[in-house]
Amino acid sequence: MSALGSRLNLWWAIFRVSVEERLVYRGDFAFGTLMRFLPMLTQIFLWWAIFDAMAARQGDGTDVNAIRIKGYNLHDMIAYMLLVMLARAFSSMPGLTSGIATSIQKGEIKKFLIQPVDMLGSLLLQRIAHKLVYYLIAIGPFALVFFLCRSFFDAGFPAPDQLLGLVLVLIGSFLLGFAMEACLGLVAFWLLEVSSLAFIFMLLSFFLSGHMFPLDLMPAPLDWIIGLLPFQYLAYFPSAVALGKVTGEELVWGIVVQYLWVIGFWVLCRWLWVRGLTRYGGYGG
Amino acid sequence: MANEKATESDFCKPTSKLGTIQIEPEGIRDLRTGPLVYWRVFRTFVRNSLVRAMGFRANFWLECVSSVCWTVMNLVFFKIVFTYTDSIGRDTGWGENEFFVFLGTTWIITSLIQTFVMPNAQEFSELIRTGQLDFALLKPIDTQFLISFPQMVWSNLANLFLGVFLVIYSVYLLTTNAENPLPFGVGHVVLYVLFLGCGLAILYSVMIAMAATSIWLGRNQTLYTFWFYLTNFYRQPMEIYQQGFWGWALWGLFTFVVPILLVVNVPARILAEPLRPGWDERTWALAGLTVLATCVTMAIARFVFQAALASYRSASS
Repeated sequence: MSALGSRLNLWWAIFRVSVEERLVYRGDFAFGTLMRFLPMLTQIFLWWAIFDAMAARQGDGTDVNAIRIKGYNLHDMIAYMLLVMLARAFSSMPGLTSGIATSIQKGEIKKFLIQPVDMLGSLLLQRIAHKLVYYLIAIGPFALVFFLCRSFFDAGFPAPDQLLGLVLVLIGSFLLGFAMEACLGLVAFWLLEVSSLAFIFMLLSFFLSGHMFPLDLMPAPLDWIIGLLPFQYLAYFPSAVALGKVTGEELVWGIVVQYLWVIGFWVLCRWLWVRGLTRYGGYGG
Repeated sequence: MANEKATESDFCKPTSKLGTIQIEPEGIRDLRTGPLVYWRVFRTFVRNSLVRAMGFRANFWLECVSSVCWTVMNLVFFKIVFTYTDSIGRDTGWGENEFFVFLGTTWIITSLIQTFVMPNAQEFSELIRTGQLDFALLKPIDTQFLISFPQMVWSNLANLFLGVFLVIYSVYLLTTNAENPLPFGVGHVVLYVLFLGCGLAILYSVMIAMAATSIWLGRNQTLYTFWFYLTNFYRQPMEIYQQGFWGWALWGLFTFVVPILLVVNVPARILAEPLRPGWDERTWALAGLTVLATCVTMAIARFVFQAALASYRSASS
């Protein structure tokens, strides 16, 4: 048993505890996931009404599915919204920012300073465990909804190479979501109260990640700026890949840029952690 | 407990006369008897919650800004949508400005509910869980009133102003529209406000009835989630649901069973007249239905509330 062995042991322990912790509320969990698709109903009807009105303007007898907005027909739009749910299942990190901020505020990070456990590493492991359990349970509701909505996926199931790309992109969006929100939480070393900052981040991310609608719909100067930001890799990019809107070289470059963002934010995280610790003072027990 | 302290200071106002402090006892007498009790208590609630909000002024303004941000994002989304289409739904009349009257109405209603109803509905579940409802039951005032209004989250009211502004601006654009201008008069405003009131009453009833069920269910922490799903359905023109079997089913459910689709649709329809000029039979029918639905949901909420109280068994203290 080397140093590596004991480290693996440690990681495994953190991982196992997190899995079991998460399985406690599985029923609530599955139901909650299914409920989360409810707003999709409104989305479907809203987009249907919008496309229908556009078809009506083109003259009677125009097929709704022939109408396109920036390359998206009605089916694509609904499929996109569904896929965004899938992407968000990877990239959203509920409670990460506030969790880190609270442990800095309350001084709970002391335990990471005296134990041979890295805080960011163990948080990442916990998050992976939670996510895996989440997928294990959420796969039911997700499969059900995607099966019911299968007719909206005009392109059908993605081809193998595309599927491989999608898997890489989804893992990337998980890592990017984690690194971005962890950075935000670590800002608490300086600001203590980051909840308003986190809220602004959530707003920006909701809008700029393509959670509300495909980013292709954005008007001219905005779409260019949004293309330069990392937010799109949290929702828009994975969905576009799954829809087959991004292929070949474009896909490869997209993945490269996404992982560069991951590395960038991870380095930033580490830097914030090291700098933050020099400012940190833990008093009392 | 903060509530009670402020109540006391409200009714025993120390007034400085000739350097001595006198306590005015009239307030207390009025509290025990008289029909104005409810108004006075309500005013106290308003004052308490304002004092509480103003205690953290920076936070208050931040909350205002963030709720306004959400709303503006909503507006931007529909602004973008209307660059591609000229109406929501085929032949529904919900063109850009008509729809923005609708959207503004949604903001007005949502902000009022989030300011006055939601914090209390949430708190009610908490009172039941912790057994603190005992204290509310002991007070010589209607319990439903007492638990419905004590807390107000004033920062949510920011969207009310945005909503009013959007409605006024869109109505202005519609009335000055060269072709097919919107007829507009005092009657429109009166009816609009009246049906806004109906809408608020319906939503209030739904939320209070939902909160009251936590007496039976033990805990009801998903109230905000439930509210989120409700808002998702009522904030769209009802015409969008009138397609296909499932659409009509949803429309029927949310018009007749849980009549939340009437909440925004009817006042917005009365003001913006998407199918102008004049009211068609459908608008008349919807208006009538709204008045009826308001009475029925209020009565049901009252009934559910009373029934729930009857089976309240407190919590061990």
